[in-house]
Amino acid sequence: MSRVRKILTWAALGVFTVAFIYPFVWLLSASFKPRGEVFDHRLIPETFILDNYVKVWQEAPLALWMFNTLLVTVLAAVAVTITSAMVAWGFAYFRFPGRGALFGVVLATMMLPGAVTMIPVFLIWNSLGMVGTLTPLWAQNLFGSAFYIFLLRQFFLGLPREPFEAAKIDGANNWKIFTRIALPLCKPAVVVTLLFEFQAAWTDLMRPLIYLRDSSTFTVPRGLKALLDQFGFGGEWHWEIVMTASVITTIPMIILFFLGQKHFIKGIATTGSKG
Amino acid sequence: MPATHSKAPFWRSMRWRDTRAALLFISPWIIGFLIFTAWPVINSAYLSLTDYDVINDPSFVGFDNYVQLFQDPKVGLALRNTFLFTVMSVPTQLVVSLALALLLNSATKATGFFRTAFFLPKMTPPVAIGILLLMLFNGQNGLINAFLGVFGIDGPAWTTDPAWVKPGLVLMSLWTVGSSIVIILAALRGVPQELYDSALVDGAGWWRRTFRITVPLISPTLFFLFIVDSINALQSFTEAYTAFFGSGNTTYSNDAALFYAIYLFQQAFEFLHMGYASALAWLLFIVIMAITGVQMLVTRRFVHYEGGQP
Repeated sequence: MSRVRKILTWAALGVFTVAFIYPFVWLLSASFKPRGEVFDHRLIPETFILDNYVKVWQEAPLALWMFNTLLVTVLAAVAVTITSAMVAWGFAYFRFPGRGALFGVVLATMMLPGAVTMIPVFLIWNSLGMVGTLTPLWAQNLFGSAFYIFLLRQFFLGLPREPFEAAKIDGANNWKIFTRIALPLCKPAVVVTLLFEFQAAWTDLMRPLIYLRDSSTFTVPRGLKALLDQFGFGGEWHWEIVMTASVITTIPMIILFFLGQKHFIKGIATTGSKG
Repeated sequence: MPATHSKAPFWRSMRWRDTRAALLFISPWIIGFLIFTAWPVINSAYLSLTDYDVINDPSFVGFDNYVQLFQDPKVGLALRNTFLFTVMSVPTQLVVSLALALLLNSATKATGFFRTAFFLPKMTPPVAIGILLLMLFNGQNGLINAFLGVFGIDGPAWTTDPAWVKPGLVLMSLWTVGSSIVIILAALRGVPQELYDSALVDGAGWWRRTFRITVPLISPTLFFLFIVDSINALQSFTEAYTAFFGSGNTTYSNDAALFYAIYLFQQAFEFLHMGYASALAWLLFIVIMAITGVQMLVTRRFVHYEGGQP
């Protein structure tokens, strides 16, 4: 590669890196500015204040929203990982009549737009009196999820069969073979599943919009939307509060990414998941 | 007597034991499928033929909802908005992510750093992206127009002018091409080096190598992204809803951002027109299927599969 081309490549990468990262920096910087200076586009705030963070904490039950979100997120991620792994193992390890057809149905459900089942599923939770609670946001994950079943099954299929046959001869039952041998071998795929679902549950807005009514049950994204309606377009024009709350909502995901960067990148590259 | 006489009965055979164990492992999915997919699909089809407001029992109205779909000007508007957004955003995202992946692939050092930089925005919750859109694209004092101002360009009112709302949403969607870049990058790493070496010997330049070797070889990946991105774009909701529609008691709205999924959501959960919204959902399903089918037929010819057509 010629020298000129090399310099051009680096220059282009540099420009795009700034373009992708700058919105974060801009938002973070704005969250430390007083109301009148929010849109001054200075990288370093002229007047550096922490008032916005204090004010957000006073204006909104942020700690409660954080707790709600964490609860939903952990339950959703753990539930979907355990059950999807079980189901995936059922499809990967055993041979039984109709296996191919049944797995075809699993894949077919991924083609169905969420909009089709959204209303009847709401009606189910409504008839159970669960609308307004956090349960509908995660309980469906107790039954596995097609995409993760697919992902984990692929991984299980790549494992050699010998350790399982050996354990069987040693008298281990199916459950033991699954929990003691298969799951530990499948750790990378389990981690990817946990991370993907953690992100999906943390960032979801549509389901909280459908199911949550009272501010005390809100998740952070739902609360952020409520803050936008109150302090942004809604009329009070305190953008600095909305921005600070956006920073607080986003930071856990950035941390999650850096904790599991390798798994995120690998998971996306191998499954083609668009998140 | 036939030879089967000595065979163990079926329920004690290995095959049945395997089947029983498999069904136990799969049972969570089977139960979930029946409750949260199969029944809802049937119920949704039924509800689409009724008037239902959740409080009173559904009343059967035949195909009235479907007739109403075609007379409702908002459905036309929502479909037009959604198509326009899809047609603008999907190809742009594909071109930008391909360009950035090629750029990354030709860098020799610090690729991990750049990849992280490009991917990080994808971690931002869509609500926050909607809010960022309002800030960055604000007509009077947003960052984008301040940047354009440096070049003497008087930027439009991205967040209020109906003509500029969708272009703003499209530009914002480019911020989250990170996962596409990662997927394309993985495909690029799979292109065998020998092909480039022989092309170099033949004196092919960068442009020629890229568009005669690289792009055809990764075309299955590009095709996959094209289909998946289109399906997602046709259902886009959160960013546009956050930025342009008030929830609860706040009622601001911008018709230029009324996507189909937003209209469906409003009909179902704000106006409680569950029957009509179910019909809207089925129309969306049919539209997505039709568009995906056409895309598959048309683009198939341009996709190169190693070792012939699958």
